[in-house]
Amino acid sequence: MNIAVASGKGGTGKTTVSVSLALYMSLGGSSIALLDCDVEEPNVNLFLRAPIAKTENFSVLIPSIDHVLCTGCGECERICAYNAIAIIKGEPLVLADMCHSCGGCFHVCPEKAIIEIPKKIGVIESGSAHGIDFAGGRLNISAHMSPPLIKDMKKLHHDADVRIIDCPPGTSCPVIESVRGCDFLVLVTEPTPFGLNDLRLAVNMAKALSLPFGVVINRAGIGNDDVEKYCKKNDIEILARISNIKRIAEEYSRGDCSSYILDNYSNEFDRIVNHIMEKTAADVSL
Amino acid sequence: MIKELVVISGKGGTGKTSIAAAFSFLAVNKVMADCDVDAADLHLVLNDTIIESGEFIGGKKALIDAESCNRCGLCVSYCRFNAIHDLYKVDDLSCEGCGVCAFFCPSKSIEMNDHISGRWYISKTPYGPLVRAKLGIAEGNSGKLVTILRQKAREIAYKKSHNLIIVDGSPGTGCPVIATITGATHVLIVTEPTVAGIHDLNRILELTRHFRVQTSVCVNKADINCEKKHEINELCRTNDVQMLMEIPYDIDVIHAQIAGKSVVEYSNGPAAAAITKLWEEVSDAVF
Repeated sequence: MNIAVASGKGGTGKTTVSVSLALYMSLGGSSIALLDCDVEEPNVNLFLRAPIAKTENFSVLIPSIDHVLCTGCGECERICAYNAIAIIKGEPLVLADMCHSCGGCFHVCPEKAIIEIPKKIGVIESGSAHGIDFAGGRLNISAHMSPPLIKDMKKLHHDADVRIIDCPPGTSCPVIESVRGCDFLVLVTEPTPFGLNDLRLAVNMAKALSLPFGVVINRAGIGNDDVEKYCKKNDIEILARISNIKRIAEEYSRGDCSSYILDNYSNEFDRIVNHIMEKTAADVSL
Repeated sequence: MIKELVVISGKGGTGKTSIAAAFSFLAVNKVMADCDVDAADLHLVLNDTIIESGEFIGGKKALIDAESCNRCGLCVSYCRFNAIHDLYKVDDLSCEGCGVCAFFCPSKSIEMNDHISGRWYISKTPYGPLVRAKLGIAEGNSGKLVTILRQKAREIAYKKSHNLIIVDGSPGTGCPVIATITGATHVLIVTEPTVAGIHDLNRILELTRHFRVQTSVCVNKADINCEKKHEINELCRTNDVQMLMEIPYDIDVIHAQIAGKSVVEYSNGPAAAAITKLWEEVSDAVF
């Protein structure tokens, strides 16, 4: 089973919930994998602290031109929808950052002057801690596109009973890649106007993708009750509430909040898990 | 010359938008641009009225004509994004608009059509013009939309003889953030004294260095963890980046948001005072 943890707004507590949920579920004896798909700002392992046992490079394919064979016909430039090849003084120039690895230029070149070579855009780190298998992507700085790395990450740990996927913020392509194929979506929000606005976007995403979902309200009590009203009005299940208390903020700042949260909010996590089991009819020993 | 001040953070939820909103109140002769096209929030505290809007064509999507398609399967084998399924239907969520399938289709049964990926808006606020956008759910090409917003903001600033654009950025380090910071006058990074804040600050500093944009840092909720705050100071020193201001945790920031106002308009508390001082320092750096 795959559980994705997402939110429209950044900084609402996705990672806190992902890590705490993984730790909580691992207590039941099921095999749990935790995947950090927020590859632009990967923070899961700051909290899980799994020793990294393996670091693998991740590459995408980009064109490389054999300038001896190339006649400068310009077919590659014409087929490229991303302006990643420009013919300059009769010679193609590859703008690697723009390339989407579609292979069009490679296939179209009449002289077979284009080969595809790997370009490293990030790494995938893996390890385990507290009985949880961890894998996290890390996009290189100045690399533009995270979805291929996220897609590759999601091939990992398929044999785990439960995979928990920590998603990037937002609702656009990196998030879609992260939540694709998941069985349940946990949306983390905070009870503020920004939190509510971005929760609406995330709910629309869940509905557009026909994913079952529920809401976790983090920092409950900090703002107003508009998020509660919104959920009630739209018949959205509030799975859990984690209070806005200074102790959690302080422990979070050191990367330590999960043990406090599990000690004090185990009922809430129990509710999250029971709800997911009910909605997905999953058979996992917890 | 029009200056562009960008507020970003790497990590989400550090207070970018609250600070950008306060700057919108404090600065004169400026245009605001909310370049968080995924989850725009700045307009919620600027009380905006939309005066113009338009479609954003993010790219193209393939469409297969079922009648003329001879089901040869060439498109399926060419598609690198697994966007064409067995029944010769294109999955719009997976299609990247490369057009390779259409190019090679022997029966010319595939059309590449413009795809509306979102909308942009120009609005007026009591504090000046605001440009913002709404990327559709599950859409890509956010970098292109950011570029359009920055262009529109520059046009408005030019027309109105305003000399400043205040840009609220998005979290992360990827395509929309790169499109937001390239060529900007100054980037202000808003961080927080937490392990995640510091980790992400390191990455975003590397990004602004890579694109050679003048950068400074401020710490929001600075009193949550003194030790981590010192780590940030040290990090700024070793990176030779100016650390401008520490903003204390102040619940008025949330109360202002609920009141639909910026914190400097709403409150005289410690956060408002620090951000007012921060604005003076940032404007010195920008101008």
